[in-house]
Amino acid sequence: MIRWIVCLLGSLVLAASVSAAIETYTFDSPEQEARFRQLGFELRCPKCQNQAIGDSDAPISKDLRAEVHRMLLEGATDQEIKAFMVARYGRYVLYRPPLDRQTLFLWAGPGLFLIIGIGLVAYRIRLSKRAMTQEISS
Amino acid sequence: MRRALLWLPLGVFAILAAFFFRGLSLDPNAQPSALIGRPVPAFALSELHSGAALTGQDLPQGPYLLNVWASWCITCQVEHPYLTELSKTLPIVGLNYKDERTAAQNWLAKLGDPYVLHLFDVDGQLGLDLGVAGAPETFVVDATGVIRARVQGEVNARTYARIIAPALAAGRAP
Repeated sequence: MIRWIVCLLGSLVLAASVSAAIETYTFDSPEQEARFRQLGFELRCPKCQNQAIGDSDAPISKDLRAEVHRMLLEGATDQEIKAFMVARYGRYVLYRPPLDRQTLFLWAGPGLFLIIGIGLVAYRIRLSKRAMTQEISS
Repeated sequence: MRRALLWLPLGVFAILAAFFFRGLSLDPNAQPSALIGRPVPAFALSELHSGAALTGQDLPQGPYLLNVWASWCITCQVEHPYLTELSKTLPIVGLNYKDERTAAQNWLAKLGDPYVLHLFDVDGQLGLDLGVAGAPETFVVDATGVIRARVQGEVNARTYARIIAPALAAGRAP
């Protein structure tokens, strides 16, 4: 019973810290608000190791959110907002960087490792099959 | 073949160890600046003490350092003696970042003033255009007003030797 209470209290503390980044922004349309949220997920906080500006409490993330909001109200496209951020903070701010020579390994890496993995498994299966047929024939 | 495979774990370990060992001496917070090779962005700010309007026209002839600082920034206080020493041979422009005027003025009065020019950037507008993630940051600007390098965090003998001195040397070369 006590364990349950401790768990409950612990989760309440965590929930409080998660909701700390709530600010009030007003938007012209729900569509604009959705874009704001999406950009908040796709832009990375330049100060934090691995947080999007949408869920970071760092002062710089707050500034960048305000900047995204300002640009949205001014009618900037998502592309323009991302270009604005990249011009200042480099491609580090993009969670989905464009595919080019620098990011090739980043994009191709998972597929590459999958192919290597499948190759290894196939090789092992062939080995054990051969061992079995040898056992049977002997 | 089987015997060769026995070495595989050692090989994998060696590769990982090499990566991790390299990682020990890398600063994951240090990002290459997107502003390298570009001129200092245009701005319209005010002077910290007088409130007079300042623009890019008021910047000194390079090379100089552009130091982003604030009175609330602990590391700025740490690097301050080193900057004061540097300022004897190299002009330093102070960009007071998201600070309060009086707090910044008191800070300079108490610790000394190494800056040739004081930009007061209360909203962090020039900071944003410079891609500043937090104070302190220091930019090396060459004779033509182009940004050559950036130090994120404290300027000290080590970061001077590693980042600032090479950038100054490169700026001087024709």
